[in-house]
Formats: sequence, C-alpha cells, structure tokens
Amino acid sequence: MASVPTTEFIRIAEQTEGDNTTDDPRFRAPLVTGGKNFAAVTETVANIAERPAPPQAWYVAMGVSLALLGLLGAMVGYLILTGVGVWGNNQPVGWAFGIVNFVFWVGIGHAGTLISAILYLFRQNWRTGINRLAEAMTIFAVICAALFPGIHVGRPWLAYWLFPIPDQMNLWPQFRSPLMWDVFAVGTYATVSLLFWYVGMVPDIATFRDRSKSKIKQVVYGIFALGWNGSSRHWHRYERAYLLLAAIATPLVLSVHSTVSFDMAVSQIPGWHTTVFPPYFVAGAIYGGFAMVIFLVVPARELFGLKDIITKRHMDNMAKITMATSMMVGYSYMTEFFIAGYSGDRNEAFTFHNRALGPYCWSWCVMFFCNVVAPQVLWSKKCRMNMWIMWVVGICGNVGMWFERFEIIPESLTRDFLPSSWHAYWPTWVDLCTLAGSFGLFMTLFLLFCRYLPTVAMAEVKTMLPEAHAHGAHSADEKRTDYRPDEHHDPDTDAPRFANR
Amino acid sequence: MTTDLKETHDPHEETNGVESTEPMLTGLLGEFADVTGVVEAARKTRSAGYKVWDVHSPFPIHGIDAVIGIRPTILPWLVLIGGVTGASCGFLLQWFCNTFDYPILVSAKPMLSLPADVPIIFECAVLFSALTAVFGMLALNRLPLLYNPLFKSAHFRRVTNDRFFIWIDASDAKFDEKSTAEFLSSAGATGVERIED
Repeated sequence: MASVPTTEFIRIAEQTEGDNTTDDPRFRAPLVTGGKNFAAVTETVANIAERPAPPQAWYVAMGVSLALLGLLGAMVGYLILTGVGVWGNNQPVGWAFGIVNFVFWVGIGHAGTLISAILYLFRQNWRTGINRLAEAMTIFAVICAALFPGIHVGRPWLAYWLFPIPDQMNLWPQFRSPLMWDVFAVGTYATVSLLFWYVGMVPDIATFRDRSKSKIKQVVYGIFALGWNGSSRHWHRYERAYLLLAAIATPLVLSVHSTVSFDMAVSQIPGWHTTVFPPYFVAGAIYGGFAMVIFLVVPARELFGLKDIITKRHMDNMAKITMATSMMVGYSYMTEFFIAGYSGDRNEAFTFHNRALGPYCWSWCVMFFCNVVAPQVLWSKKCRMNMWIMWVVGICGNVGMWFERFEIIPESLTRDFLPSSWHAYWPTWVDLCTLAGSFGLFMTLFLLFCRYLPTVAMAEVKTMLPEAHAHGAHSADEKRTDYRPDEHHDPDTDAPRFANR
Repeated sequence: MTTDLKETHDPHEETNGVESTEPMLTGLLGEFADVTGVVEAARKTRSAGYKVWDVHSPFPIHGIDAVIGIRPTILPWLVLIGGVTGASCGFLLQWFCNTFDYPILVSAKPMLSLPADVPIIFECAVLFSALTAVFGMLALNRLPLLYNPLFKSAHFRRVTNDRFFIWIDASDAKFDEKSTAEFLSSAGATGVERIED
C-alpha cells in the first residue's frame, strides 16, 4: 500500500534533515514532516490559540498594526469631514490612490482563492498546509479593498447608491457601466470567499471547542462550530459542498480581476483601452497574492512553530508559482509594449514611451525590477530554501504590484489625447497615510486571526497523513492507478523492490 | 440518516411536569483508535444489519461512504437550481431597472443589450450557487444543532482530534444494550460508552 513507500520516504527525508523537497518519482513526498500523527497536528495548531500568551513578536506587530489602523481611521475621518480635495486627485487625474489601492488589495486576495479552489480542483494536496492562512488573507484584503471605492465616491454617506435599492427618487444604477459590474463582482467575491473560509473552518473550530477549558471559549467556539460532530453523513455532504464551492470559485476568481480590469479596459484612455487587460490583471493578481502569502507565511511558520506543517516543500511550490506568474506578468508587459508600437496608434505608443521614459520612469523601473527581475532569483533552489530571500521577494512582489497599478491608473490619466489638458499627479500626505493605514487594517485582522482561529486546516492536513487511509482489503484503494514504473525491480540490485508490501 | 440524532427525545417533553430521575438511553458509542479499525468495524456493523448508526471521525475517511452505504447527496442539484435562479435574477434585475422601470438611453445603444448584462448575470449565478451550496449543505446536515447528547461524553471530545467512533442509535430495531455493546467490543472498539439524555 501507499503507506510503505511513504514511510520509507519519511525515513529518507529524516536522513536529509527534514528536507521533503526532493522529487523522487518512486515515492510520494510527505506533506507533514517530523513524524507527526493526528494528535500532534491538532496539538501544533491548537497550541497557537491555547498558549497563555502569543510570542513577543506578535505584540510588536500588533502594536504597529494598531497604530497604523488608528492612522487609517484618522485619515478616513478627515477625508469624510473635509472632502476628496485632501487627496492629490486633480483634473484630469480623477482616479488615483483610491483606485490604485482598491485594485491592489483585490488582487492580493486572488492567491487565497487560487490556493483554496483551483489547487483543490487540481488535487494539489500541499495546499492543505497553507489554504487557511491564504483564505484569511483573501478576506482581509477584500475588506481593505472594499473600503476604498466607498470613501472615493466623494459623499460616502451616499455609497449605498451603488446597490440596486429601491428609493423615492426611483433611480436605479446604470448596469451597463463596468463600475456596476465591479460592485457585483467584488460583492460576490467577498461573500463566496467568506463562505469558503468559514465552511472550511467549521470542523477546526469544533476542534477548538472540544479542547477549550473555559466556559466562554466553549460557548463562543461552540456557536461557530454549529454543532459539528464529525458524522460521516455530514462529511459526505460537506465534502460535496466544498467541491462545489471550489468549482464555483474557480471561474469566479478569474472573473473578478477581469471585471476590475474592465473598469479601465472599457474606457478609451490610451494605456487603459487594452484587450490584454483581463488575463494580464489576473496573472498579476495571482503573482501579487502569492507574494503576500509568502510575506505572511514566512514569519508565521517561524513564530507559531508550523514548520512541520508548512514545510519547505510548501515554500518551494509557492516560490515556483510566484516565479511562473511573475513571468506571465513580464510577458504581458512585453506584449503591451510591442502592441503599442505595432498598432501604429500614436497616442498608445506615446503612453508607453511615456511610462518607461517619462516623468514617472522611476515608478516604471521599480515595477519592472520588483515584478520581473527580482523573482528570477527563485530559479535557484538555494534561494527558494532561504526564507530571508523568499521574504524579500515577497515584499518585492507587493511593492511591484502596487506600482504596476500606479503605472496603469493615475499615470495614464496624466497625459491623454490633448496636451493642453495634461497635468502631473502627486499624492498628498493623506494619500500616503491612508495607504499605510490600510496595511494596518489588514495586519490587525490577520494577527487577530492567527491568535484566535485555526490557522491551519487541521482536518484537511490529517487526510494527508499516511495513517488516514485504511489498510487491508478494500475496493476504493485497490482502484488506484498510481504509475510506478520501477515498482517491481530495483535498478541497482534488480531485486523486487517492495517485497514487503 | 442524520435523523438518528434528532430523533432522540427532548428531555423536557418527556418529563412533562413529573420529575424524571432516569435519563433515557439514546445509544451506544464505540471508540476506535485508528482508521483501519473503524472502517473494518463499520463494515461489520452494516453486515450485522444495523440501520440507524453512524461513523464519526476527525476528517472525512476515504471510501467510508461505500462502507456505510451513504447515498450521494442531492446537493449538486440544489446548487444547479440555485445557479439558474441566480442567473435569471441577475438578468431580470438589469432588465427591470434599466429597460422597464426607468429606461436610460446611453449613446443610442439598445435598451436591452445582453453583452453588457453578462458580467452581472454571471456574478449572480455564482453568488446564488455558492449560497445554496453552503446553506443547502447545512440544512441537509440539520446544522446548526448546538445541543447533542453525544457532547456529554468526555471521550467524544476526541472526535475532532484523533479518535474514531461508531454510534448505534437506541431506536435501531436490532438495538439491544447488552448485545450491541458486545458487538461493538468484538468489532474492535477500545471502549464502549452508554450515551444518555
């Protein structure tokens, strides 16, 4: 059975100091190292919430995050009381930091949905170690994103006009506008991500409920666990619902950033009016999202002792996806440039010339370096195994993707068709503080999540352990068609290899 | 079926004014240490002819559905209905708002232009199907169910950690406290517990 080679692999992996990143096609690499069994997985994950106090770094991070969150509150309050004039937006640059931040944060969320939905459909079992963290990141990023259009509308107390609510003016939203598509896309995305995250978490909250000693925790976790009792009939429907959600969320994640890109692509500004935008935005979103996952997971696995569950193999795989999507992004940049020149459209060609060599060329260089050049270090396995390098690449990905949106959104507006209407754009201190503050909101939510909720999908990780499969004669496993070409003969000794099976 | 847990009687209904001193036996809970053990025991339970019973585990056991004989859920059909409803609602909403109730003419484009309606139709289909998948699953599972006599068992707390259980309900026709307990032990249970309510 599968368990024999896996155990053998664990033995090999232990000899190489827990390195489960080697790809020997004869064995399935273990996804949980350190010889952990079911109880040890529970213990490792629950310990984060059950220990009397979190690590000191958590308090430091929380302090910084709360300070930034306070800054965000002050900036939003100032904006609402004064008006959007406190931002650097001008004529013709009507869309600037507000929309850049919105697109940036929505994009961040995409990696979470990719991990939870698309990798699930592709049966990438390593996703189980990181999917909960990534899904949480999605929710919090979408919360940050949703803030910006709300405060950007000028009169935030009328932001409900975005929704088709009957009112005494008998006015309805204009559904042919991409901005309305965005409302529905982001609204659906937030709802579906929240459901996915919560449904996935119910069995793990039940674990917390059953381990809690204090009455308050038992009641609170108990309510959110919905009375989960691990019944096989429940699991059957639960797994089906999870599969359906994954199947639904897969086209959704591809559609959301496409719809966001329509905000620009459907208009006529040079640099915006581009058919490549939907796939280009989606690739960028997944790249930026993975960069954020790496940025969060590297310290999280270190601080909360999750190294045996979020193993080096997980980091390795994420690095590879980051690099692949970074190259898709680079390819999109090249395509855009090529088409701008090849089209013969002078305005389009000027816009791209202006991007790389105009007054904002520094931002273009930052973007290009961070998104295309920096991730190339991940070709080397040494770099993928070095968590400091990974972390820096994660930061680069975030910075680069933010600048990509800055490149596209305000910069295309500064110089459009008519030189007499050109105007430079510079953010004000309020813009900058609001951006910094949104990181405070994101990090505060994320740190609270790490401390009080199950950071790893325990039930899912347990199914990846070799002992999660029954031994002996049973039909389900006998139908397995794993291809093991070397099963019968060892190339060295020509002896039957798995004689003990 | 899931009703096995629901059919246990409400103690308040029972007593009906008269203080009942004797709690009702609702079933027997057999504890197992590993997956292989519980799957084998489940197979035996089914062949022994029990009907109202269930396997509880910390994670979905691969292949347990066939062993217990769980029939595929109707959830996918509900989700399909949800998706179609969502798509229709998305279309009707846009038609009602922009074509029927308050027609807006933009750039001499047709009042009803389907291509522009597609994104919202799609999003509504996704939204409705996701809501149906989650709430349909919860409804079919009769969740939330915050009171459950099983939770009185201290052993059962490990069902969300590392232990596996077979529950045989007292309402089963073949149930007999003594022989069922013996059956569970012989099937390999490391412990058998009476669950009262």
